Amino acid sequence: MANRSDFAQQAMPYAPQLYSAALRMTRNPSDAEDLVQDTYVRAYRGFATFNEGTNLRAWLFRILTNTYINTYRAKQRRVQESDLADVEDLYLYKRISGMDVASRSAEDTLFELFTSDEVKRALEDLPESFRLPVLLADVEQFSYKEIAEMLDIPIGTVMSRLHRGRKAMQKALIEFATERGLLTRPEHTATDV
Amino acid sequence: MSDCSETLRELETFLDNELDASQREAIREHLGGCMDCLQAFDFHAELRLVISQKCQQDEFPPGLLSKIELCFGEDFDGDGRIG
Repeated sequence: MANRSDFAQQAMPYAPQLYSAALRMTRNPSDAEDLVQDTYVRAYRGFATFNEGTNLRAWLFRILTNTYINTYRAKQRRVQESDLADVEDLYLYKRISGMDVASRSAEDTLFELFTSDEVKRALEDLPESFRLPVLLADVEQFSYKEIAEMLDIPIGTVMSRLHRGRKAMQKALIEFATERGLLTRPEHTATDV
Repeated sequence: MSDCSETLRELETFLDNELDASQREAIREHLGGCMDCLQAFDFHAELRLVISQKCQQDEFPPGLLSKIELCFGEDFDGDGRIG
């Protein structure tokens, strides 16, 4: 059983990670601050139930996710899942490694191709049911099982939402790069790339 | 050993480190001998890294830590006041 006096020392180092995730969830700095604060209050109250030796970071993220879903989600604009862009598998890879790259030299990395703001926006623009699994997997590196537990959905649902969410995010990234003139529009339609 | 279409189909789960040991080994073996699939793998591995790094670059609000610590104070003395 965990001792409350150890809480601050063990849990506070995760605050910056939790704040970044909270920003991606709420898309708003003031809600993100409140969400992190609520998460710590709940975690502190429940710390006696935390099993020492298990993963404190996963436990904190689970509280963050639950608090977001139960408290903040109602305030957010709901986006229909059917609004989610659908593209073929490996879409971004095919576009970028294809012939229609305008000003990209061989040395350019993906890291230089997309700005932080663009990557954050591509993630934040996903409908919530896709945004949370992609955030928890690709940014926070949790396993399918951990994500399934945090979101209370089956592992198969985690996998299919990750697959569709990642593709929609890639489509958004392509659009940002095209807007900035880094990629030219393909001559053929996207469906026959 | 897997073929190209199988490798590309499983690439996402492979990158998620969620394949079982024998599937993982089959993909790894294929990547070792197929430049096209290796290139696709490298691209997506780099993309994951870019997404993860760029989504964690947020300035932490300066007052937040002390606000949180004040909340803990509430329960220490139980006087109903924060701080």
